[in-house]
Parts: sequence; C-alpha cells; structure tokens
Amino acid sequence: MSVLLSAQDLRLAFGGVKAADGINLDVMEREFLAIIGPNGAGKTTFINMTTGHLTPQGGSIRYEGKELLGMKPRAIVRLGIARSFQLPQLFTEHTVLENAAMAVAAREGAFSPFRPLLRPAFREEAEDLLNRFGLLPAADRRADALNEGTRKLTDIAMAVAMKPKLLLMDEPTSGVAAADKMAVVETLARVLRDAGVTAVFVEHDMDVVGRIADRVAVWGQGRIAALGPPGQILNDPVVQREVIGIRAGEVPHAAA
Amino acid sequence: MNARLEILAGILGAAVLVLLAYAAPWLRFVLTIALAKGIMVLGILLLLRAGQVSFGHAMYVAIAAYSVAFIAPHMREALLLLPLAAVISAAAGLLIGLFVMRYREIFFGMLNLALSMVFYSLLEKLYTVTHGTDGIRLPVPTFLGRELAGASYEWAVFALALVLAACFAVVVRIYLAAPLGQALAGIKTREARLEFMGVPGRFVLLAAYVLSALMAGCGGTIIALTSRHVTPALAYWTASGELVFIAILGGAGSVLGAFLGAVVYELTRVYAAANLADAWQLILGSVLLLVILFAPGGLFGIAQGLLRRRKAA
Ligand SMILES: Nc1ncnc2c1ncn2[C@@H]1O[C@H](COP(=O)(O)OP(=O)(O)OP(=O)(O)O)[C@@H](O)[C@H]1O
Ligand SMILES: [Mg+2]
Repeated sequence: MSVLLSAQDLRLAFGGVKAADGINLDVMEREFLAIIGPNGAGKTTFINMTTGHLTPQGGSIRYEGKELLGMKPRAIVRLGIARSFQLPQLFTEHTVLENAAMAVAAREGAFSPFRPLLRPAFREEAEDLLNRFGLLPAADRRADALNEGTRKLTDIAMAVAMKPKLLLMDEPTSGVAAADKMAVVETLARVLRDAGVTAVFVEHDMDVVGRIADRVAVWGQGRIAALGPPGQILNDPVVQREVIGIRAGEVPHAAA
Repeated sequence: MNARLEILAGILGAAVLVLLAYAAPWLRFVLTIALAKGIMVLGILLLLRAGQVSFGHAMYVAIAAYSVAFIAPHMREALLLLPLAAVISAAAGLLIGLFVMRYREIFFGMLNLALSMVFYSLLEKLYTVTHGTDGIRLPVPTFLGRELAGASYEWAVFALALVLAACFAVVVRIYLAAPLGQALAGIKTREARLEFMGVPGRFVLLAAYVLSALMAGCGGTIIALTSRHVTPALAYWTASGELVFIAILGGAGSVLGAFLGAVVYELTRVYAAANLADAWQLILGSVLLLVILFAPGGLFGIAQGLLRRRKAA
C-alpha cells in the first residue's frame, strides 16, 4: 500500500489555542482511518486544513505527492478529495434529491445553463445514491425540514456523489439515531470499499470505530497522541481514560 | 404550477395584452413600457434567487438606452440597435460584475447603487456629450429598413417587446431549472458547499449578473425606442428601486410574475398619475406593505392561490 495523503509538521494556532501543533500523519491508499479525541483537540481543524478551508501556519500536506497548501478548496476537490461536515452544509431551499443532483452535476462539471438539473441521468444517479443511504423516502423533502440524522446522511451522500478518491468525514454518525447507526455505517463502509475510496473520519462512537476503522489516530491538543490498529488503541488504558471516558455526557460544540 | 399551465397562462397573458393594445391605442405605449420593465425585472429575479438585491440595475437600462441614442444618428435600424445596445450593456455587466461579485447582500446592493449613482451624475454633468438633464432625442428608427410612423411604428416596438419578453421568459425559466440557475439558490443558502463541490460561487453569480445586465439592456433599448427620448432619470436610483418593487409585487419566485407585476404597476401608475397625482407615492408604499405582509408570493402567488382554490372547489 502506498501513501495517499501525507501531512508533515502541520501547525496552526488561533490566538493562544494550538489547534495543530506538529501533526505528522500518513494516510494509506484505501484505508479507513478513524480520528478520535476530545472536544477541541483539533480534529475538525485537520480536515479544514486538508480541504483548503484553513491555511496552516507551517508544515505541508501532500496528496499523491502534490502540495495542497495554498490551493483553493475548489482546486482540491478537483484532485478527488471530498468532505462531509460536522454541521451538515446543505442547500436548504432545495430538496434532498436536488441536493444530491447538484453534487452529481458539480462532479460532472455540468454547470450548463440550459439543460435541467434533474435530467434523467442525474436524477437516476441521485436516486440510486439516496437509495443506498436509505434516503429515498425523504427525497422530495426540503433540506430545511429534515431531522438531524437525515441531514447528516444527505451531507455525506453529497460528498460520496463527488466520487472522491479520498473522503474526509467529520463525525458522520453524530445525530444519526442510535437504532439506525450501525446499519448506516455498514452501508457507508460497503459503498466506500466497493468504490475503493480512502476514508478519514472523525468519530466519537467507539463501536463504529471498532467496526470499520483499519487504523485509529488519537488527537489531543493539536497533536497525535497515539496511532495504531483499533484493537490496540481502543484497549489502551490511557486512551480509554483520556478520550473514551471524557466523552460520556459531552455535548459536541459547533465548528464546521 | 406545472410547465404546461404556465405556458398556457403566458400565451393567454400575451393575447390579453395584444387585445388591450388594440382596443385602447393609448395603452400601447404603456404596455410596451410594462413589457420592457418586465424583461428588466427578470434580471432582478435571477439575482434575488441568489439572495442578492441590486439597487442599481437601472444603470444597465440607461447604458443601453444611451447607446441607442448615440448610435441611432449614424444607424437607425432598430433590429441592429437592439443587439448592439444589449451587448454593450452585458459587457458593462461583465466588467462591473467581476468587481461586485466579491460582495454579498447589503454590500452587493449598496455597491450597485453607488455605481449607478456615479453613472447618473456622469450623464447629468457631461453636458457636452449627454446634454445633461435635457437628455437626447432619437430619430425615428427603421424596422428592417422600412420607415414606419405613428401607429405602425408603435405596433412594431410593441411587437418587438412582446417577442423579447416571451423569449427571455422561456430562457430564464430554463436557466432556473438548470444547474447554473439552481446553484443561485445555493449561493443564498450555502455558498461554502458550492466551493467544496468544486463550483465557484462567484462564477455562478457572475453568469446571472451578466444575463441580468443583458436583459436590462434589452429593456432599456425598448424604452429608448418607444419614448425616443433618453434622460439621466433612467439611471436614477428610484428607477432601480422600481424594478425591485415590481419583482416583489409580481412575486419574486416566478417568471410570469415579473410581467404580471410590471403590467399592474404601469397601469396603476398611469391611472394614479392622471387622477391621484398627490397620492401616488402613498398608494405605492401601501401596496408594497400589503404585499410583504399578506402575500409574500406577490400577485402571481395570489393568482396561483385562487386557481388552486378553484380546483379544490
Ligand atoms: N476558525 C477558528 N477560529 C478560532 N478558533 C478556532 C477556529 N477553529 C477552531 N478553533 C479552535 O481550535 C480548537 C480546535 O478546534 P476543532 O474544531 O478542530 O476541534 P475538534 O477536535 O473538531 O472538536 P469537536 O470534537 O468539538 O468537534 C478549539 O479550541 C477551537 O475553539
Ligand atoms: Mg470537530
């Protein structure tokens, strides 16, 4: 397996807060890498830096050997890197189907002025995608009328519609009803594995991490505190005390 | 409202306009102006989709109208003046658009307003070129080389306005259903997501802005052809405000609403100016208030509601 994404010595501070304090991480092709860690550890910040949303003050991020720093989010997307958001970022005046179709159209570069968005090919693909996520029943509902879990799934579906090579997901299962969670995760994992997608995802649910992650990176105060296979990391007493323990009863705060 | 019903309503509306223009000759002029304004309002509609309000769009109307006034003494063919003026207006829209695209919402609105006011003062102050507030009178243009006069000239301009209105209504309707048009609402609700899908929000808005300048230019050309007198007042901020007013009055969401709003507005204005000169502003303000409070879908929304109730009954 070769390295797909390589972050070297990433640094970024917001005032006194060190959100990235020397991040070194290699993401291997086709692996599922889970990022865990307490609130404010800098997990979202890492995704934001990788996707061009934030510019680190130092270090480098290479994707297939190409430096990503200084590139606009748009340009990074075109390299095959997509993301989903901790707080779903949907087009709230559009239906779920239209949201998905927009992502399909964007991927096709088909921002044509005169052919309908919901042309048969796009509609079919969008419906197929929604079907895989169990979202078809909500296809015609407006995105601002959805519950948290459905919004989250739509957000992920839009990222998957981009057919990325590397997919970064920020807390994909938060807000998804506990009863549906595992089914959703299994589906997502299957869709991504089938497509040969490399996935990096921030996750607070250790069951989910244990089920689908190949490797786990533990974030703490802008650094990677531990990295290894889930069997080892999740059973590490320090990690259990400092990360998994802390999580109980915590309310995630907003940082999209 | 489904597409077929909308087409039907459009054709019906056009037929009513033709009948009105036929029955009452003095209405021909008023309805031509109304159609021209409807075309301009389509542009406002596009920008409203993106959550942006331009309070300076009359500038593009004036750019086209003055282009016609400057070119007409050398070349009087209406069917050449129209595309020339429209393209000049669209080119101005592209140039200015590249700059204003960086801004959103109140800044977008105010910047457009500021630019239009600068343009207005230029028209007013550069007397040697523009004849200031006196404006410029146009020679009578020809249609396909034919000299027309009186009623036949009026009919020709009216027909031109009607054809343009129909074409742009269809174009905008198709545009709004296409990804580029659908992405406009995406600018309003989640522009960051567009960027993260690899779609530049500024380009999406710029495309709509240029199209809106083009339509404002066509509207401005019709105004110039029909009044045959252009003055700086065309670019004054109240003229821009009027377009936004009509867009909201007609129903900001719909193509037909733009024309419904424009026709109702012009007819009311002419009537009020004749009979209630002092109360005109009062009527305008009250109507706008009522629409915003009780019928946010505008006149078109009201019409749709009535139709639905009819069907249900
Ligand atoms: N744009 C920003 N401006 C200022 N401070 C920021 C910004 N983004 C993040 N931070 C701060 O950086 C730190 C790391 O934030 P980040 O969102 O990356 O944490 P996280 O690990 O994703 O946390 P959570 O689990 O709550 O989502 C936090 O203290 C946060 O307040
Ligand atoms: Mg986060």
